[in-house]
Amino acid sequence: MPYKYDVLIIGAGVIGCSVARELSKYRLSVCVAEKGPDVCMETSNRNSAVLHAGYNNKTGSLMAKFCTEGNRTFDQIAKELDIPYKRTGKLVVGFNDDDLAALRRLKEQGEKNGISGIQIVGRDFIDKKAPLVKGNFAMWSPTTAILSPFQFTFGMAENAAKNGVEFLFDSGVTGIRLNPDGIYSVSTASGLISCRWIINCAGLNSDIISSMLGIDEYTIHPCRGEYYILDKKLKDTLPLPVYPVPNYKTGGLGIHLTPTLDGNIMVGPSTEYITDREDYSSTRSIMDMLIKDGSRIYPYLKQENFIRNFSGIRPKLTSKEEGGFHDFVIERRDDTAPHAINLVGIESPGLTSAVPISHEVVRLIEEKEKLKPDPDFDPIRKRFPSFRDKTAEEQAELIRKDPDYGEIICRCENITKAEILSAINGPLGANTVTGVKYRCRAMMGRCQGGYCQTRITELLMREKWIAPEELIYERNGSYIFTGEVR
Amino acid sequence: MTPINKQVVIIGGGPAGLAAAASLKKSGVSDILIIEREHQPGGILRQCIHDGFGLTRFGETLSGPEYAQRFADLVSKLDIGVLTDTTVTGLSGDRTVTAVSRDGLIQYKADAVILAMGCRERTRGALSIPGERPSGVFTAGVAQAYINLKNKMIGRRAIILGSGDIGMIMARRLTLEGAKVDAVFEIQPYPSGLPRNIEQCLNDYGIPLYLSHTVTKIIGKNRLEAVEVSRVDEHLRPVSGIEKIYPCDTLILSVGLIPENELSLMAGVRLDTRTKGAVVDENCQTSVPGIFAAGNVLHVHDLVDFVSLEAEHMAACVTGFLNGKLSPAKINIEAGGDIGYTVPQVISGTRDVNISFRPKKPLKNCRVEIWQENSRLISKKYAKLIPAEMEHMTLPASKLLSDSDIKVVTVCE
Repeated sequence: MPYKYDVLIIGAGVIGCSVARELSKYRLSVCVAEKGPDVCMETSNRNSAVLHAGYNNKTGSLMAKFCTEGNRTFDQIAKELDIPYKRTGKLVVGFNDDDLAALRRLKEQGEKNGISGIQIVGRDFIDKKAPLVKGNFAMWSPTTAILSPFQFTFGMAENAAKNGVEFLFDSGVTGIRLNPDGIYSVSTASGLISCRWIINCAGLNSDIISSMLGIDEYTIHPCRGEYYILDKKLKDTLPLPVYPVPNYKTGGLGIHLTPTLDGNIMVGPSTEYITDREDYSSTRSIMDMLIKDGSRIYPYLKQENFIRNFSGIRPKLTSKEEGGFHDFVIERRDDTAPHAINLVGIESPGLTSAVPISHEVVRLIEEKEKLKPDPDFDPIRKRFPSFRDKTAEEQAELIRKDPDYGEIICRCENITKAEILSAINGPLGANTVTGVKYRCRAMMGRCQGGYCQTRITELLMREKWIAPEELIYERNGSYIFTGEVR
Repeated sequence: MTPINKQVVIIGGGPAGLAAAASLKKSGVSDILIIEREHQPGGILRQCIHDGFGLTRFGETLSGPEYAQRFADLVSKLDIGVLTDTTVTGLSGDRTVTAVSRDGLIQYKADAVILAMGCRERTRGALSIPGERPSGVFTAGVAQAYINLKNKMIGRRAIILGSGDIGMIMARRLTLEGAKVDAVFEIQPYPSGLPRNIEQCLNDYGIPLYLSHTVTKIIGKNRLEAVEVSRVDEHLRPVSGIEKIYPCDTLILSVGLIPENELSLMAGVRLDTRTKGAVVDENCQTSVPGIFAAGNVLHVHDLVDFVSLEAEHMAACVTGFLNGKLSPAKINIEAGGDIGYTVPQVISGTRDVNISFRPKKPLKNCRVEIWQENSRLISKKYAKLIPAEMEHMTLPASKLLSDSDIKVVTVCE
């Protein structure tokens, strides 16, 4: 039967977008089907935003392999896609003999994983790097970096789209049928899609898609992590991520503190197994725990410094009882689904591993068929210039070229109308309020949209011809207005 | 980039900025510029379409836009420069103001800078309200802007958290537009807004106000579906086991206002941790010479009439500053007893000063006393004092004994 796409990628998180961008290097017709209204809406954007070095994962595991490779090769992808990141390094702080022994084991594992530069350091070193942080000694990891997970995912998606990949939003997959001639028929919320290959990048729902492919053995155990976000005024108090000694049994890395590229600080995440994979609640008891645990290494966890809470959900393959981490599942099962690449349980360090994982996907496809490089592939993507990090002279020049740069819409973060219009009208432009927020940072400051949200909703409705009742905040159903007043 | 010289640059064209400008011009200062980020002057008053403004100032009741227009008209009649659609992005301690508009980026070097940026609202994030993250949670001011300025209806069934004035005004506004407002919940054992708003916005419409209650969970994945409400104990901690679920599609937060001092901090202005505004002397001068502040950027007022008065007083002091006539401040004012804060926080002792203050909690039959060197300088009786209402006392310079610190305290029977 005729088919529409060579490859259908299910899910537009960091893995789906990375695979999409990698496949756009070849002569293939590729489509990404995403259940939500935007890219990067779940686990990919709800995490500590750290490019891990790779010492936390068992030597020989796919996690260790892809994480170290992802860290090592990140400069290249960041350069091609203009992704903001910063190699801050990271401290894992300890207090007692048990901690010291654990850090030595961690350092040894890191070295076995091929990571260079890891050291056990004393208080004097901590004083030099992050004097306000508590801890008697630490493990220093120089290659750890902080990045913007949204910009990373969005950069890959935008570049993939530029190189011909189609993105279908609001297109959750409801069923997959393998036809006798090997063509897949995929039912989605926006219609039937036929394709030759399926790549399961469905994250939290990867077990469900896996079952639809005929591979029944996986169960995702959603494990929620809550965070606090602190005000930028604390920017100088934490120049780099600081972690406690991890207790892997819990399934996380412990309550840590991470600066974001924009100067906020994130505190978290907790590790709480839940049943509902869409429940991004914050809870009183965990909030209190975050303050208590976080305060063991950092002194400013006070009400007056909090600007927001959020949570993310890890798609874990280990249950609460099992604990710990299961390695990434990245497979092609020739018995049941010979033309599907099944990616299940891509949890931390999935963000760091995203690009190497996409190479692995290509390798698994190429075992079945030779892919032809597309000579027209353009690896370069540029971010729309942001006003706030320019000098006064450069700002004046931006306004001269485009007067929309002279209209500051978000006053906390100094985001201009030009940037908001670009977030709305640029490639894969935003259709939701949070879509604008993540693309250009408007509404992410301390007033949380108090000043600019009314202006941004107005621009979004005008530019995209959205009726007031149809405008959504983040997810489908998250309407903002019931209509006009009169 | 060469800055343009100005005598006075006023940041913000709301009630404080407009009143200050008009006053300055009348006292002979000619070279004034107001910088306003919105398309029109008036500030937050533009969205306050209810009445009740101007009773103290004009002896009549006006809507917010009407009140603002009186000052805007005056400013226009006095031919004072107003740059609208222009945002100040930088302020330095040497009084260089960087402003951005569609016409470009301009810098001004001013002899005096007036901070009149107003305040912003406290958000859900600042309170860390637990629960999911649906749409339908609005601060009262954002809700007011949507309904009154953007003609957008935000919901059909609402709960109000916090008894701040804007929250109560929005309870009435939503009711008038056909929404059902089920209740207002206030975590404190007393209301935070004015008694007249409780009367006119809640009681007149049969909307109950529950004190010592707060929202402890937000429910709804996409749009808000309900809130969980709990009673709190005397330490403001939720009492578990008696939570109640209120179905609603809208939650309005009226949980406090914070003076907007990001530019002040850039200039090195010292802030008061209680008011979140600048520490000022009786001339409304901040810790940075030549930078003055008045209105909600200095401390949050309950009536705009007092904002105008404060700005006019400040304007007279700015004129004095330009003529080199201000005395240095050296006497600190300490807030003691149940006094939450005072403005000013420091005085020169050379002239009579009007001290504004609020109590930390409601008080009945008490005296407010000002002490220096173990002597009571003055005392004033109050039948009641409530945090919602700012009070004022005049301290005559003649009463001062020395340059040592003074203390404002409450003494209750």
